[in-house]
Amino acid sequence: MKSRLFILLILLLADVVRAQNNVEMADRLREEGKIYVIVLIILIVLGGLFTYLFLLDRKIKRLEDRLK
Amino acid sequence: MKTWLKVAAVIILVYVHIAGLLMEVPRLAILNETIRALYFHVPMWFGMVLLYAASVAYSIRYLRTQNPDDDHRSEAFAHTGTAFGLLGVFTGMLWASYTWGSPWHGDPKQNGAAIALLVYLAYFVLRGSVENPEQRARLSAVYNVFAFAAMIPLIFIIPRLTSSMHPGSGGNPGFNAYDLDSRMRLVFYPAVAAWFIVGLWIASLRFRIKKISEKINEQEFA
Repeated sequence: MKSRLFILLILLLADVVRAQNNVEMADRLREEGKIYVIVLIILIVLGGLFTYLFLLDRKIKRLEDRLK
Repeated sequence: MKTWLKVAAVIILVYVHIAGLLMEVPRLAILNETIRALYFHVPMWFGMVLLYAASVAYSIRYLRTQNPDDDHRSEAFAHTGTAFGLLGVFTGMLWASYTWGSPWHGDPKQNGAAIALLVYLAYFVLRGSVENPEQRARLSAVYNVFAFAAMIPLIFIIPRLTSSMHPGSGGNPGFNAYDLDSRMRLVFYPAVAAWFIVGLWIASLRFRIKKISEKINEQEFA
């Protein structure tokens, strides 16, 4: 009886470990390489936004210079 | 603010977005791929707290020096901090709706953050309702000290005392080997630093615009 319970426990534990390894992730998206499309799109948005911020910074600098 | 610091922040953020999307992350049930939200959601809150800290430091300085520049700097930091906080709330709601089941869970961390933001919104209401600039600066500096003192327990202490699903609260480990492993730290900490610098940068733009408008006012009255 005790050994049966022990085996059941081992099986249950093995199942928990297996479930952790089989966690669903976006593996296909990575295999197909389409993830790079997302990365590029985000980088373009980020680049555009910071270019805008730099231009705004320059504009304010010019105003400061005019007031000096 | 030095230009190289701004450029460095932008370069770090490019790295953060590439590594944040492509690098390996722990495979965890329920969280799945959304664990990557940590790189983008949490730096908003860190940025907010750091910007509010800068704001309260300038408020205290104002009370000592009575220099209007300190008041304007304090306002600019609080304003940028609030923008970061709102982004933190919205990204958190989106993340929560997929991992906790609904966008607003009444979780103590969520409620605390919302109350903290309301406390700071009242700071701007107070500023807007006082005409006299010296009075406005003094009142809002004192209020800012209380707002900061309320924000810390609302976000960092109360959620830890009660049960909360948010990592870092109510017995849930925050920076623990299980949910922030060493690979994730390599992306997370640079993200926090870079977003904080961007926050300082935006606040400095706001302060400089204020300074320009003050100068124009002076010239008009002269």
